[in-house]
Amino acid sequence: MEQVLLALFTMVVAVLGCMGYFWGSNWILAVIYPANGVNAAANIQKCAAIRPWLFMGPAILLLSVYLIYPVFNSIYLSLHGSSGEKFIGFANYIWLVNDEKFVESFINNMMWLVIVPAASTFFGLLAAALTDRISWGNIAKSLIFMPMAISFIGASIIWKFVYDFRGEDVEQIGILNAILVHFGAEPQAWIVMPVWNSVFLMIILIWIQTGFAMVILSAALRGIPEETLEAATLDGANPLQIFLQIKVPQIWGSVAVVWTTITILVLKVFDIVMAMTNGQWGSQVLANYMFDWMFRGHDFGRSATIALVIMLLVLPVMIWNVRNLRNEN
Amino acid sequence: MGSILGKNSPLTWVVHISVLLLVILWTIPTVGLLVSSIRDKDQLVATGWWTSFSTVERNLIKRSAPASEQLKEAGNYVLKGNVFADQSGIVTAFGWRSQQPAAFIPGKTVQMRKGKTLTIEVDGSYLLSSPTAFTSKRGARLFVTVLEAPIFTLDNYSEVLFAEGLGKSFLNTMTVTIPATVIPILIAAFAAYALAWMEFPGRAIFLAMVVGLLVVPLQMSLIPLLKLYTTIGIGKSYIGIWLAHTGFGLPLAIYLLRNYIAGLPREIIESARVDGANDFQIFVKIILPLSFPALASFAIFQFLWVWNDLLIATVFLGNNEEQLVMTGRLREMLGSRGGNWEILTASAFVSILVPLMVFFSLQKYLVRGLLSGSVKGG
Repeated sequence: MEQVLLALFTMVVAVLGCMGYFWGSNWILAVIYPANGVNAAANIQKCAAIRPWLFMGPAILLLSVYLIYPVFNSIYLSLHGSSGEKFIGFANYIWLVNDEKFVESFINNMMWLVIVPAASTFFGLLAAALTDRISWGNIAKSLIFMPMAISFIGASIIWKFVYDFRGEDVEQIGILNAILVHFGAEPQAWIVMPVWNSVFLMIILIWIQTGFAMVILSAALRGIPEETLEAATLDGANPLQIFLQIKVPQIWGSVAVVWTTITILVLKVFDIVMAMTNGQWGSQVLANYMFDWMFRGHDFGRSATIALVIMLLVLPVMIWNVRNLRNEN
Repeated sequence: MGSILGKNSPLTWVVHISVLLLVILWTIPTVGLLVSSIRDKDQLVATGWWTSFSTVERNLIKRSAPASEQLKEAGNYVLKGNVFADQSGIVTAFGWRSQQPAAFIPGKTVQMRKGKTLTIEVDGSYLLSSPTAFTSKRGARLFVTVLEAPIFTLDNYSEVLFAEGLGKSFLNTMTVTIPATVIPILIAAFAAYALAWMEFPGRAIFLAMVVGLLVVPLQMSLIPLLKLYTTIGIGKSYIGIWLAHTGFGLPLAIYLLRNYIAGLPREIIESARVDGANDFQIFVKIILPLSFPALASFAIFQFLWVWNDLLIATVFLGNNEEQLVMTGRLREMLGSRGGNWEILTASAFVSILVPLMVFFSLQKYLVRGLLSGSVKGG
C-alpha cells in the first residue's frame, strides 16, 4: 500500500514539477524580457522566439535520451563484443547471417508479417462491413474490440487454455482438442508442432488486432459519401458489388494505415512467443531472440545487432509515414 | 443500409448469423477463462469448462476409515463409512485395485484378498469386512467413479491473491502505471501545442521526427538504457521505469495531441492573440481545457499500454516481491505452475479485470484516439 501512495505522491510531484517548469520558465522569460516599457515590441518578439523551445524542451530531452541516443548507441554496440568494450568490426553481423536460430527467427517473422496483418485486416473489414448493417452492431463491435484491452501475456494464457492438450485416454479440457475429439479425430499438441505452432501463436495476435482494424475501417466506411452509394444502387448494383467495387477502393488509404500499423506491431511481437513457446519447436522470432541474447546470453553486441535488424525492417514504414506527413502539409 | 437490403431478405439473416458467429468466436476464449477461474479446481481438470453446469464424472481414490475404528460384527471385523464424507454424490462404479478402478457396479459385494469383502452403495456408503483384524492405520484404498454436482467457488481467487503473491503484484502494477500515465501528458501537451500553432525554425523537421519515432522498436532502446541506468545509478527502480514509459509514450502522445490541437479553429487562437495574450496564456487558458477529449484518449492508451506491458517491466524492474508486476508474475506462473489451470485462469482474470473495466467504460475515447492517431497522418 505504501508503494501506491509513493506512486501517487510521485505523480503529484511530477505534475507539480512539470507545471513548475513551464510556469517558472515562462515567468523568468517575462522578467528578462518584460512586455512593457521602452523595448516592449522587441521583447515580445524575443519571447515569441524563445518560448517554443521552452515548450518543447522536456519532450526533446526525453525523446533524445530514450529513443534517439539508443539508435546510435545500438549501432556502436553492434560493432563491439559481448560486454560492449572490445571493437570487433562486423563480426556480430557475420555471426548473425550464419546463425541458424537467427535465420529461423527471420523466416518466422516474415511469416508473421504476411499472415497477421492480412488476416486482421480481412476480419476487421468483414466485421466492420457486417456490423454496420444491423441494430445490435455496436454491441458486437464492442465485443470484437475487447481483446485489444487484454495484455499479450493474458491473451497467451487465454489461448494456451484453448490449445490445451492431454493424452488420448483423458478427457480434453482445451476446447480446440475437445472439438476434434468430438468429431472423432485425434487430439493434437498444437504448440509443439513446428511451423504450425507459429500459426497458432499468430491467431492470438490476429484475435487482438482485428478489433483495431474493425474500428478504423468502420469509420472509413462511414465516411464514404451517401450519394456514391445511392447512385450505385440506382444503377442496379447488388450489395456485394457495392462493397467490393465501390466501398473497398474508397477506403484503400485506411486499409494501408491499418496494415502498416499492424506490421510494426508484428515486427516487435515478443510477449506471446515468450509466454507460449519461448522460441522452442521452431517458433522463435526476432524480438524474443534479441531478448534471449540480452538476458540469457548476456551478449550486448549480438543482442544490439538483432535489434538493429528489427529497426531496419521498420524503416520502410517509417519513411512512408514521414512522406505521408509531408504530403499532407 | 436497410433500404438496400430490404427488411426480411435472406441476406439480412446471413448478416445476422455471420456477426453472431464472429462475436462467438471472439468472445469464447475469454468466456472459457472466466468460467474456469470460478470452478472447483478438481472439476476444472476433470471436464471441459463448457460442461461446467452439468454433473461431473470423476475417478477418485478415497480411503476407508483407519483400523482403529473397526467394529466386530457376526464374527467379522468391519469398517463402515461414506466415501463422500460430508458431501453428497452418486457412485457409478467402484473397485479396489488401481488396475481396475471401475470394475464393479455399486451395491455389489466383491471379494478382495485374504477373504476380505467390499461393498459400496450408490449413495457412497461402504462396508469393508474381514475375517481377521484390520491393521492399516491409514485405511484401505477405495476406487470410486462418482457423479458430482457442479461446484463454483472464489477459492481460486483468494489463493492467487494471497498465497501466490498476485495481490502484491497488483499493487506493484498500480505503482508503475499511475505516474507513467500522468507524467507524459503535460509534457506532450506543451510540445504538441508548439508543433501545432507556434512559429519556429525546424518545426517541420521536429514533427517528422515525432512521426518517425512513433515506430522505432523499443528493442533498440533496452540495452543502451540499461547500461545508462547502471552508469548513472538509477538501476532497477520505479523512477527508471516511470521515466522509460514516459519517454516511450511521448511520440504517440505528441502526435495524437498535435493532430487534435491543430484541428482547433484558428479564430479562437487569433482572437486571443489580438487581445494581447501570449502563447503561454493561450495554451493554459484555452487550448488545455478544449483538448480534454484528446488528453483522455491518450491517457487511456498509455494506461492500457503500461498496465499490459511485460517487456519494459522485465528489463527495468527487478524480479523480487517488491517490484514484480502482474504481467511478470503471470509469465513466471506459466513456467512454474504450467498445469495448474485454476491458478493461471484466476490470475489472468485478475490482471485483465482493470483494463477491461477501463475499456468498457471509456471505449468512446479509445475509439476517438485510435481514429485521430491513425486515419489522418498514419
